[in-house]
Amino acid sequence: MMDFTGYVVSAGDLIPLLPPIVLTVAAVWVMLAIGARRHYPFALASTLAGLLLAGLLAHHLMAGPDPSPIPLLTMDGFAQFFTVLICVLAIGVCLLAHNYWSEFDDQREEFYLLVLLATLGAVVLVGANHFASLLLGLETLSMALYGMLAYPVQSRRQATGRALEATVKYLILSAVSTAMILFGVALIYAETGSLLFAGLAELPAGQNTGFSIVALLLVAAGVAFKLSLFPFHIWTPDVYEGAPAPATAYLATIGKIAVAVVLLRLVVETRALGIVQVVIAFSLLALLSILAGNLLALQQDNLKRILAYSSIAHMGYLLIAVIGGFYAVGPVGVEAVTFYLVAYAIMTLGAFGVVSLLSCDREEFDGIAQYQGLFWRRPALAAAFTGMLLSLAGIPLTAGFIGKFYLILAGVESGLWPLLAALVIGSGIGLYYYLRIVYRMLLPVPDDAPELRRGRAGFGVVAALFALILLFGVYPAPLMKLIEAIAL
Amino acid sequence: MIAVWLIALLFLGGIAAWASERVHPNSPRWVALAVLAAGLLLMLPLLGAAPENGWLAQTNRSWLPRFGISLHFAIDGLSLLLLLLTAFLGIIAVGSAWAEIRHRAGFFYFNLLWTLAGVVGIFTALDLFLFFFFWEVMLIPMYFIIAIWGHENKFYAAKKFFIFTQVSGLLMLVAIAALAWFHYLQLGFFSFDYLDLLNVRMNPGLEMWVMLGFFIGFATKLPSAPFHNWLPDAHSQAPSAGSIILAGVLLKTGAYGLVRFAVPLFPNASAEFAPIAMTLAAISILYCAKVAFAQADLKRLIAYTSVSHMGFVTLGVYAWNELALQGAVMTMLAHGLSSAALFMLAGGLQHRIHTRNMLEMGGFWGRVPRMAAVAMFFSIAALGMPGLGNFIGEFLALLGAFQANPLLTIVSAFGLIFASVYSLWVMQRVFQGKYSDGSFDGARLRDLDNRELAYYAAMMLGLVWMGVYPQSFLDLSAPALQALLDGQPVQALAGAGALPP
Repeated sequence: MMDFTGYVVSAGDLIPLLPPIVLTVAAVWVMLAIGARRHYPFALASTLAGLLLAGLLAHHLMAGPDPSPIPLLTMDGFAQFFTVLICVLAIGVCLLAHNYWSEFDDQREEFYLLVLLATLGAVVLVGANHFASLLLGLETLSMALYGMLAYPVQSRRQATGRALEATVKYLILSAVSTAMILFGVALIYAETGSLLFAGLAELPAGQNTGFSIVALLLVAAGVAFKLSLFPFHIWTPDVYEGAPAPATAYLATIGKIAVAVVLLRLVVETRALGIVQVVIAFSLLALLSILAGNLLALQQDNLKRILAYSSIAHMGYLLIAVIGGFYAVGPVGVEAVTFYLVAYAIMTLGAFGVVSLLSCDREEFDGIAQYQGLFWRRPALAAAFTGMLLSLAGIPLTAGFIGKFYLILAGVESGLWPLLAALVIGSGIGLYYYLRIVYRMLLPVPDDAPELRRGRAGFGVVAALFALILLFGVYPAPLMKLIEAIAL
Repeated sequence: MIAVWLIALLFLGGIAAWASERVHPNSPRWVALAVLAAGLLLMLPLLGAAPENGWLAQTNRSWLPRFGISLHFAIDGLSLLLLLLTAFLGIIAVGSAWAEIRHRAGFFYFNLLWTLAGVVGIFTALDLFLFFFFWEVMLIPMYFIIAIWGHENKFYAAKKFFIFTQVSGLLMLVAIAALAWFHYLQLGFFSFDYLDLLNVRMNPGLEMWVMLGFFIGFATKLPSAPFHNWLPDAHSQAPSAGSIILAGVLLKTGAYGLVRFAVPLFPNASAEFAPIAMTLAAISILYCAKVAFAQADLKRLIAYTSVSHMGFVTLGVYAWNELALQGAVMTMLAHGLSSAALFMLAGGLQHRIHTRNMLEMGGFWGRVPRMAAVAMFFSIAALGMPGLGNFIGEFLALLGAFQANPLLTIVSAFGLIFASVYSLWVMQRVFQGKYSDGSFDGARLRDLDNRELAYYAAMMLGLVWMGVYPQSFLDLSAPALQALLDGQPVQALAGAGALPP
């Protein structure tokens, strides 16, 4: 095991940490700026600039050699890759929020401050190799998310009236999951005397019993809460529905990706899947999430709830690759997780982007019936939305298909036949509710159709995401090469 | 390169057709017609081409090097025949939509051309990932065609079509991935290329499972009982042009997949599975003929007869000798024309009198003699009258199948009798008997105009040609089928041996 006792951090060690440092500085800067004088364009521009700079730095650092390990954070190529992704997604969320809050009757600036903070937490998470940084990142992310979810609570004309309910639900369940993780971490520390992920892997074979199994299951349960895996998923639809659309988009994309990445690193570094009980637990989580998520989505009439249940199923698909990564020969499992996360992020942000673009703080545009005839009223937007939905369903020409292909390959390589069967069945069920939305958009426009909102920035985001979905669906070779280079 | 040009032509042509709607509401159909005619012209030079390594045309470019996936297209005689059928029926479909589709026509022709682009991709792709890519790509536009321009129950039908094909397709994708993985284990590198994957050796149990993944994928599309359930709904709800493409072309992709991939990739498992597949074929032939007879909905009836006729294709493929394969290919071509014509007739009737219910029809011969004569011709073709293409196909298939499995062949041959029963029953029900227009507006029942007549005449000509001089088709497909029977030239196995676990 690496021993960091008496380790002195040198200036060179700080260079790979530049992206989180930039985000920290940007958050403080935006806070001070708001405190000094409220100026909306300035706050928005500062946030975007901070995210852009962090993303560019991470992109630059990604290509370099992996840094020498330091305690708490390993900002290796893998972490930098996801830092880039998270910063890009956060920029997308900010632009969508700009449209969404455009008529808000309260202060708007703090939302961007919260985005910066949450992004900082997410970046810490993707670099965490230590249980302390895992908890730090998770809490920073969650705390900022509470604020984002409850953002319109003071407004007298909030859309759903349920933002507070959603936030409290998320807050309490988050606290429970953190408590479970903490308990698991305490047990691991009692067993190994180390908080490094790698500490657990150094236990001699045969000692992986009792404490460490319970500890790993507790940590897995806590993470499963955040990823909303069955049976820890109950909060998801209510929170997704009650929260303002951009905050939901943030929670559904960055909130999931950062946790999934830290789970992957945890599994790889602790070699937890060498323990049979953990494999069984993970397989059950995957199997049940796929089936439950898809089945529960069938009966929904609210788009945000459908996407919530579909995200449960998608996290179940992802677990197949996480499990497969351990048993497959070569790094295809990690590559599968990485590609799938990229595809998932793009298509989910795109889908919520459409909802967000048509919504504002007074009215959430999330009933399926409201989308009737969208194809004939806003062809470009409807085409992009259809692309996102087909990508979620895993149809070719879209990135979702390549992602699903990766998952299947990872599953085949490690012989996870029952999980692959669940994937096939789940995808079949999933098609039903995705197609239902598509079909709604194809129906004739109803007579009493409400006026549709427009937003240039938000539409730009959706169009860019649509282009990416097609690009990664038709010519994913460069992305595949990059992922192969940075894979853990 | 010709396959790439064809696919690009159809994809871009689709976009052009949609865009041209802005110029004039009628221009999309002209664009579609021009694109398909150009496609047909592109294929013609291949008819005289000399084969090179067994392929009339071939192109191979790297696509996703991480997994050894390439843009590998190749055309042999078998592909070429099916490509010609695709382009020909594409033109027929444009013709049947000519007057029928007025609503959002640009988007309709866009979907039509994209479906055909997917089909061309299927008939030419030699990389299994690429093949699967096109296999799924053609679903989405077909879904739109049924869901937007279909009849009363279109959403149900479109959804069922999509979900059946997609789920069975995913099983096939799992099987493809497994095959590629075994290739990696045995030869040390990833490849999805058909010619590479032919080298993979598997132990018998595993080979059977992987083969089943392919079989279910193809049998659903073909369709063969018990996977045929989606087809009557999809056919009866689709607009005529959609039915023409579905019956004439899309079903043939399943048959093509069996001939090109399912059997050659898994020779041992297929040989073992052949009795079961042939039994399923016999069940399809007899059961669906029986069910067809019980239908009142004209399009559903024709749909069930399609399943029945495609049973002869399965029978021929799994007999796996040259006669039977030739029969299967001829049945594919002839059924493509005859079923397309029958669906076009049914669609034409529905367009005129807004019903497909045969119980409301009767005595139409006096009102629409041209239509009746055309219907008579294609009914007789479908029931397998000697002198027309269907007879040649089914006869050869039965002849070949008899060598492989006499009992099932004898049972299947009864399908020909059932075919006469339901074909003639349709003629009596719709065109003979007493005329009554109590349940529809009789004034709208017009006879075929010259444009429609021209389309039917073209299809009749094709069927007569196939029936009277089938050698011109057999000569084209024979080398390709012989190569499949002999096994494609495989590369020397380097360091092979270890069977996967």
